[in-house]
Amino acid sequence: MKQALELQVNGEAVALMVEPRQTLADVLRDSLRLTGTHLGCEMGVCGACLVLLDGKPVHGCLTLAVQAQGCAVTTVEGLDASGEIADLQAEFHARNALQCGYCTPGMLMTAQALLKRGAVPDRAEIREALSGNFCRCTGYEAIVDAIAATAAKRGAA
Amino acid sequence: MTQRFAPDRPAHIGQPHLRRNALRHLAGRGAYVSDLALPRMVHAAFLRSPMAHGRITALDLDEARAAPGVIAVYSAADLNPMCQGWTGVLSHFAGMTSPAQSILADQEVLWVGHPVAMVIARTRAEAEDACEKILLDIDDLPAVAGFAPALDPDMPAAAEASASNLCFRAELKTEGAAAAFDGAALVVEGEWRFGRHTAVTLEPRAVVADYDPASGQLTVHHGTQTPFQFQDVYARQFGLPDNRVRVISPDVGGSFGMKLHLYHEEMATVAASLKLHRPVRFVADRLESFTSDIHARDHKVKARMALDGQGQVLAMEVLDRTLIGPYSTYPRTSVAEGNQVIRLMGAPYAMPDYHGVLEVLFQNKVQTSQYRAVGHPIAVQVTEALIDLAAEKLGLDPFEMRARNVVADDAYPCASATGYRFEKLSHQESLRRLRALMDYDGLRAEQAALREKGIHRGIGLATFVEITNPGAAFYGVGGARISAQDGAVVRLTPGGEAHCAISVTEQGQGTETIIAQIVADQLGLTPDQVKVVTGDTDATPSGGATWACRGAGIGGETALRAGRKLAEQLCRIAGAILQAAPESLALRGGAVVDAATGAERLALAELARIATYRPDTLPEGTDNSLSVAQHFAPQGYPFGFTNGVQAAWVEVDTETGLVKLLKHWVVEDCGRIINPLLVDEQIRGGVVQGLGAALYEECLYDDAGQLLNGSLADYLVPMAGEMPDILIGHVETPTEDTILGAKGVGEAGTAAAGAAVMNAVNDALRPFGARLCQTPMTPARILAALGIGPTERDETWN
Repeated sequence: MKQALELQVNGEAVALMVEPRQTLADVLRDSLRLTGTHLGCEMGVCGACLVLLDGKPVHGCLTLAVQAQGCAVTTVEGLDASGEIADLQAEFHARNALQCGYCTPGMLMTAQALLKRGAVPDRAEIREALSGNFCRCTGYEAIVDAIAATAAKRGAA
Repeated sequence: MTQRFAPDRPAHIGQPHLRRNALRHLAGRGAYVSDLALPRMVHAAFLRSPMAHGRITALDLDEARAAPGVIAVYSAADLNPMCQGWTGVLSHFAGMTSPAQSILADQEVLWVGHPVAMVIARTRAEAEDACEKILLDIDDLPAVAGFAPALDPDMPAAAEASASNLCFRAELKTEGAAAAFDGAALVVEGEWRFGRHTAVTLEPRAVVADYDPASGQLTVHHGTQTPFQFQDVYARQFGLPDNRVRVISPDVGGSFGMKLHLYHEEMATVAASLKLHRPVRFVADRLESFTSDIHARDHKVKARMALDGQGQVLAMEVLDRTLIGPYSTYPRTSVAEGNQVIRLMGAPYAMPDYHGVLEVLFQNKVQTSQYRAVGHPIAVQVTEALIDLAAEKLGLDPFEMRARNVVADDAYPCASATGYRFEKLSHQESLRRLRALMDYDGLRAEQAALREKGIHRGIGLATFVEITNPGAAFYGVGGARISAQDGAVVRLTPGGEAHCAISVTEQGQGTETIIAQIVADQLGLTPDQVKVVTGDTDATPSGGATWACRGAGIGGETALRAGRKLAEQLCRIAGAILQAAPESLALRGGAVVDAATGAERLALAELARIATYRPDTLPEGTDNSLSVAQHFAPQGYPFGFTNGVQAAWVEVDTETGLVKLLKHWVVEDCGRIINPLLVDEQIRGGVVQGLGAALYEECLYDDAGQLLNGSLADYLVPMAGEMPDILIGHVETPTEDTILGAKGVGEAGTAAAGAAVMNAVNDALRPFGARLCQTPMTPARILAALGIGPTERDETWN
């Protein structure tokens, strides 16, 4: 039996009917067609489905859509449109810190959450923060470099 | 070093140009097959065999057919007759055998995960629900799961259609091999076990098949490296004209070889669309990926090396046994990996003699086939372990041991004892660069100092040779319809920009970027002015695409020649307009210029305008074509070999068995470097895939052939926290077989990373007399080697 769900997605009010078993990731991808949120493992290990729920990163694959009732959800599309990660995106681009791009939205979510904590993280802390984000293409080093560079610039600003 | 490629204009080749298509991914605007939703699209799910081997005694689909949302439920009887079976054998692998494959299991199930029935429903969830309502009964048959049963002559074959579990046997032998061992001053030997692992692309396999009966057109949106190969497969197997089959491969979320093999689910999805006349979507979930994507490796190697008293390698003797699936993969077979293992052994070294035997064995597990660095990690790990063993026995430093034995940089061209012909490699220079890059002597001093404090660090070296730029000798000569050539159409747009449609494909390596750089240099444009289109059989000429490190070398040369051909044509048109000899003109800075003075004569935009909108003003008989087509097939050497050397610096905790990767170095020679940023990132990513196999990744099965770790919680992949920084150096020895001079780089990192780490771990453990011979080197196996816990050769060895 479907039930009503109302939430904010990337600043827009959304109302739709969902099945209780539908995950937030499925609703974002299939119902709202926000396909920047990806599915890799569907058990909260790979980080491809990370989105911000009221500002905190959550796994879209482990969160039921109905749990987002009344919440504000931000996906990579929202972070991109707001311009708040433009510096991070630029550092990723400059170092080619992505290849196939499938992990990238989740990486940006983790990175932005880490950077918003305030203190400038060192490389070991960045690697630790990324421990829930699987990337099969890059070997991670360029991703760490990109986040470190963004942190340094934001810290200096 | 040869420098044939001398660009006569500001070169973008060789520059770290950024990937424009990366910006889409950074904005969440990737367009993967798994994102695709088409009008009237329905979803597929499969009921799979829970047994490794058995006979289907009952299959009742009625209740599933009545389940909510279900549109159709198919068994083998419904789908298999729609399509010809496929058999993964090639004639250049003499004597190899394999049962034929068909879409769904018919009577006999052959591995855990073998698809038995297909449900089509309005949503994937409803399709999965209906799968649970299918009644399937299977009588167990003996499962061949591991080397012991596969080699047991009394064991029935993994498939009833096979006469035995031997798929293929090959032997290479030089005349002097036996005598080399008889006369050797030193013989070192060992036995190695390489576990199964798999590609774990973050985007699983995805396909949307869309058949339109009105036009007779089948369009397959398919996350693959090789759209033209699948165009041919779908056309032939389903009896359609190939120009009515269009395969589109948009963004692909990782492939690494895994997505270029033919899978039952993709064939079933096409068959269902042909039946239903509407788009059918199948996207594997992660468990399905583990039980149906190809696995790789699963080798056991026995090898020895003969040396003279000065430490010169005289010969190797190798027996490589590998376990595949119940049949050989189509269309590349499951024997290519073993074939490369026995031919790459000892490849960097001036080794006169060799005796190698390969045995490829069937078993009841998911099929194995080509995955990044096919065979290389095994050959490199065995060779490099033996080199280290010999160095230890002879009291030689591992660097010195390698320096004494690598083929000298001035000894080319030459051939290996296994029959590979090398145009020009740079082992000596690579070793010199690596030694400086890693400060080898400083690290040795640090290692010794830390030993005193009970900290056990190790340094591991691994030289390697990599196969790239394969010609038709790879598959085509064996009868495979796998193209060794590529094609491009380059055109000047009416606005004076460039467009290149090319058959090589992009999975994030940066294919489109390097093609744009190459074409830009031929036309006097910037890479941003060249739009590159890939991954659509209706949009580009036909070609082999991107695999086996052929995208840059073969695709790049195709683009270069196409670009030059268009440049010549544009100069002819400009010559007609300007009343100048075409040879006196050149293209630079977006304009036709006087070749001698560089003075601008005609903007390309103006040339394009005239040729497109006012061809009437051109002299009579002028060919106003602004498009050219060019195909290119490699000639000369059958493969473009590359080389390099890697080093690993690790710390082993002898109480927990944990390995900490401290740093990793690679010096690599891939010929002409088109884009150093992308080359380095290919190497880094490749190294990390090699490290995963060396330390973490293994598909574990029990004796009954049940997969034990089919999830990302149980199957460990390399994550950021465990990975080291990777320093990279380059030697650049362009191939003279092409104008561009580029070779491949995609497998280099994976080829030798595991070997370097295994040698490093063994270097760290040397004072304990412990030695690892099995990958992945898990903490339990390291502790076992140290005499703690169960013995080294646990059940996974067999």
